[in-house]
Amino acid sequence: MDRNNGQARNLSLIQARNLSKHYRRGDEDINVLHGLNLDVAQGDMVAFMGPSGSGKTTLLNLLGGLDLPTSGSISVAGDEITSMSGNKLTAWRARHVGFVFQMYNLIPVLTAFQNVELPLLLTRLSRAERRAHVETALSVVGLPNRMHHFPRQLSGGQEQRVAIARAIVADPTFLLCDEPTGDLDRKSAGEIIDLIEALVNEHGKTVLLVTHDPLIADRAHRVYHLDKGILIEGNGEEAHQ
Amino acid sequence: MRYMRLLIANLKRRKIRTILTAGSFAVALFLYGLLATLRSSFNQGVEIAGVDRLTIINKISLIMPLPLAYREQLKQISGVTAVTYANWFGGIYQDESNFFPQFAIDHETWITMFQEYTIPPEQLADFNRDKEGCIVGRKLLDRFGWKIGDRIPIQGTVYGGTWEFNIRGVYDGTRPDDDTSAFWFRFDYFDERRAFEHGTVGWYTVKLSNPDDAAAVAKEIDQRFANSASETTTQTEQAFASSFVKQMGNIELLLLSIGSVVFFTLLLVTGNTMAIAVRERVNELAVLKAIGYPGWLLLALVLAESLTLAIAGGGFGLLLAKLFTLGGDPTGGMLGSFRLQPMAMLYGAAMIVAVGIAAGLIPAVSAMRLRVVNALRRV
Repeated sequence: MDRNNGQARNLSLIQARNLSKHYRRGDEDINVLHGLNLDVAQGDMVAFMGPSGSGKTTLLNLLGGLDLPTSGSISVAGDEITSMSGNKLTAWRARHVGFVFQMYNLIPVLTAFQNVELPLLLTRLSRAERRAHVETALSVVGLPNRMHHFPRQLSGGQEQRVAIARAIVADPTFLLCDEPTGDLDRKSAGEIIDLIEALVNEHGKTVLLVTHDPLIADRAHRVYHLDKGILIEGNGEEAHQ
Repeated sequence: MRYMRLLIANLKRRKIRTILTAGSFAVALFLYGLLATLRSSFNQGVEIAGVDRLTIINKISLIMPLPLAYREQLKQISGVTAVTYANWFGGIYQDESNFFPQFAIDHETWITMFQEYTIPPEQLADFNRDKEGCIVGRKLLDRFGWKIGDRIPIQGTVYGGTWEFNIRGVYDGTRPDDDTSAFWFRFDYFDERRAFEHGTVGWYTVKLSNPDDAAAVAKEIDQRFANSASETTTQTEQAFASSFVKQMGNIELLLLSIGSVVFFTLLLVTGNTMAIAVRERVNELAVLKAIGYPGWLLLALVLAESLTLAIAGGGFGLLLAKLFTLGGDPTGGMLGSFRLQPMAMLYGAAMIVAVGIAAGLIPAVSAMRLRVVNALRRV
């Protein structure tokens, strides 16, 4: 067990240094993350575990440029994202981050195809090029025949596959998955983690995921446990021994 | 264009709500179209009144007559190049609902005074030859299906008895808003037949050699007849027409008040719809922002949605109003012209855009400022 030893041994794609995040709620000061260090290599699959309120989602938000740390720095592929302005950070997210949420967060009035196309509307790709990218992404997640289905016509597992297709369609530098199987039954959860694993092993994607499920975490290359804002490598039981 | 599908999908999300909101725009703009047309109808006389003509009426009231003898004196006033006169008749053709204005006119001077109206010379000659002749406006002729040569009986109200006239000519206007719904007949016939007020006229119209002298000439005319039994009030034709409209009440204020209430209500209705639409979609907007949609793009998308609603509904309402007015005066002749003017349509279009933007602005700004982390936590 190492404390704050998230520093990888090889070349890092993502580097977080002395990362702290404090919130103020009324008179109370809430310290979510304390001086956390983390290194994630290209092609790594990293799982974060921990009890509710331990700061897992906050860490993911910071790494994805959705929130800014109180102190510390994050660099991704050499880009220091903590010093970026709001607009620049938004553009950076579009280029480098693919998000997968627990509740899928698809737009219900758009078809699977149109949902997956959303990130590409921000690019200069032509309509034909966008179509080709979307079809490829939906094929990768195994839904080439569900392109014109609306989310309400899909099962939970299929919806999450569409969400994964949306996350990978613009070929981001890494994927952030916040409890991607949290709302699925065991079978569907297994299929989704198989898919995520395939993205890492076959397509060289870098994936950081938050989960409560030790079976899902076991599939990651590395598992970190977050407790009271401190990052510990290994699962929670090891950490507390 | 690439975001059009997202825009349309969002509008189709709650079809009933979209239809009702667009419908409220349609009703409001239809109402605006009718009000603008009415306003224009009431002001028609004011807008097309000659700038080089003065109208002289009795100082006490328009219904009090002036002596016919004033004609010669008016001719002598410096700056006056022509004089004509007329009298209101106010008869009924078949039924009271068949209202149209009838004037006893001086057949020798009326036509040359009002050159914006055209009559074929042979018809004018026939009119001048027939003491019981009359000239009717094209609109009036069409309204009752009359034709030249027809004999028209009119029941006098102020001037009793049944008066019969022969249609000798038809006048047309040279401008789109010229009123062609009036009935002109000869003053000499009228003065001979009426039982009272012989040798008097309802009002005079004089033509000026220079419109810039209007104020001075008007003053001189009124001074000329001051302290007489029939003192005068002289004003430009435009001011006369305007005061005539005001006798019916402050139409302008009435229309403005109704219009303002309608548009303020519309703003609240649409603003509320957009606010609900954005609030329902906070999660989706947060996801869009997370995957890289900049704040300004979300602002533009919400504004575009609000504007599309406004343009679809408002445009439909304005189009309906235009089509309705194409059918002509719905009162059957009370209004001289019933036309939705291009300028009024332009104002309507500007209001649609203004309300569309104003209604979407607050929700759009809140979408732009949305904090992804907070919004996703709310789900």
